[in-house]
Amino acid sequence: MVEHRGWSRYIPYLVLSLGVAIVAFPVYLCFVGSTHPQDVIANGNMPITPGPLFFETYYKTLFVGSSGSTREPVSTMLLNSFIMASMIAIGKIAISIISAYSVVYFKFPFRMAAFWLIFVTLMLPVEVRIYPTYKIASDLHLLDSYAGLTIPLIASATATLFFRQFFLTIPDELVEASKLDGAGPLRFFWDTVLPLSRTNIAALFVILFIYGWNQYLWPILITTRDDMQTIVIGIKKMIVTADALTEWNVVLATAMLAMLPPVMVVILMQRWFVKGLVETEK
Amino acid sequence: MASVELTNIKKVYPGNVEAVRDVSLTVPNGSFTVLLGPSGCGKSTLLRMIAGLETITSGTCKIGERVVNEIEPAERDIAMVFQNYALYPHMSVYDNMAYGLKNRGTPKSEIEKRVREAAALLAIEDYLTRKPRALSGGQRQRVAMGRAIVREPQVFLFDEPLSNLDAKLRVTMRLEIKRLHNRLNATSIFVTHDQVEAMTLADQVVVMNAGKIEQIGAPGEVYKHPASRFVASFIGAPAMNLMPGRIAEAGSVETPGGKLPFDAKRFSASGEVEVGIRPEDIRTADGANGVPFKAELVEELGATRLLHGNFGTTPIIVAIPASGTQYESKEVRLTVDPAAVHLFDRTTGRSLAR
Repeated sequence: MVEHRGWSRYIPYLVLSLGVAIVAFPVYLCFVGSTHPQDVIANGNMPITPGPLFFETYYKTLFVGSSGSTREPVSTMLLNSFIMASMIAIGKIAISIISAYSVVYFKFPFRMAAFWLIFVTLMLPVEVRIYPTYKIASDLHLLDSYAGLTIPLIASATATLFFRQFFLTIPDELVEASKLDGAGPLRFFWDTVLPLSRTNIAALFVILFIYGWNQYLWPILITTRDDMQTIVIGIKKMIVTADALTEWNVVLATAMLAMLPPVMVVILMQRWFVKGLVETEK
Repeated sequence: MASVELTNIKKVYPGNVEAVRDVSLTVPNGSFTVLLGPSGCGKSTLLRMIAGLETITSGTCKIGERVVNEIEPAERDIAMVFQNYALYPHMSVYDNMAYGLKNRGTPKSEIEKRVREAAALLAIEDYLTRKPRALSGGQRQRVAMGRAIVREPQVFLFDEPLSNLDAKLRVTMRLEIKRLHNRLNATSIFVTHDQVEAMTLADQVVVMNAGKIEQIGAPGEVYKHPASRFVASFIGAPAMNLMPGRIAEAGSVETPGGKLPFDAKRFSASGEVEVGIRPEDIRTADGANGVPFKAELVEELGATRLLHGNFGTTPIIVAIPASGTQYESKEVRLTVDPAAVHLFDRTTGRSLAR
């Protein structure tokens, strides 16, 4: 540790405060904007203190929606986003933990080939394979459904790799002890591998939930109905470019609301999250 | 309880690597058999084949009256204690011990009873609710043994269970295993590379080298009558002195240091041989008889002293009881009891005992 004496010990605080200010100020401005009437924002002189319309704006945003092109209340969008992000996170974890388990603990022909095939998909995110994926989703009548929104995003090489690396650190003797204790592959998975992976699962859940929450390109393609809209798309659609006034106060309130669930997930799972990335319990 | 019978067991790994070549061995019911050998000699592989964790390339393995070659590890009615304990880190001590019984569908009350009994036996009753990571090495080792005991298996298998412990604890746990065996009288097979563990624990020592059995015998037997040069040098600390020799006349062998008499009733030897003498079988002699020897270096061990020097042209070690005598750089004379001279074939390394 570097020790500072005298006034120089306040320098780190200064630097940190500056960093926090740079990150937090736009968020604060966003909040301030969401509490003023829309003409105040529209005339270009954005106040620096919160306005009087906090409850009105947020009520309208959550339960009524903007009066522009999308009339869907934001609570529906929040729900859609939440369902999508959770399904993606849980689906990705479920699929990849099972595939990592099979690649690590079972010996079968083309095991490594299977692993490399999964690995190669790292280079094929949705953006790259968007047309064929869309074609398949539409042929399967998955448009405007949660299944269509999530399934194409669920396959995950990253999470498989992550679990594989973790499984490789579980000592072989534990597998052998389980064998002697009469635990078959399913029991071993359920009784030993899964409990040992708890912290890793929590860490992945946080990362993947945010990944799912922030999806933009795929949901905009696969959903056409307003009531299937996710919040990220909702914000974009509220910003009207031609002929009409954008209700900036509602847009900013929506942005504030869109930030909340990921923040909640991070705060609630922070303990597990840090543990999962830093510490291994073996 | 049951005996274990291995007949012509072989293990060949892919790439034609022979880990175990043609091993036949009987472990009598209730005995404590130690597989002893340097690392890579195939002793662990042999144990793992008995456990069912490795497939047997050829030969048969019988536990009791049953051939178990194709039987799953869990169905073999054995329990194993691993070197690194292999406790389930997320389960309490109680659950660790109960897990195997639970999987077999043992009634809850029976599990409870057996776990409590085993815990009392091993003095770990106070830790039953703790997680393994909150225990010391010795306590973890006890839990690992407890996990084996509650199963009440036909055979206990130990895979170097003491090598992860510090020296002092190793001695304590060694005694404890011995006591446990005396009490439960369970057939046990114990793998180690530590000859002290082997000598102290075993009823029957199986010395292995390069995938083969060199000698099977009681601890005293393998020490006193080693069947090969390998066994002779592997058992005993410091190791047996080995030197080339030539039989010139009956009952006496010509060594680099001089002529030594040997027990002609025990050995039938002629021509070129390998002579083995244990450091502790060499005595210093008074007067002019014996072989001249100058100690270049003396190691003081408290109860004994190790003299390092040359016996003619061969470097040897002599172990003598500690005394006030000064030996460093002083010429002394050494004598060897004829009964303590071992002769081995120089090419095959086998003992030349009749």
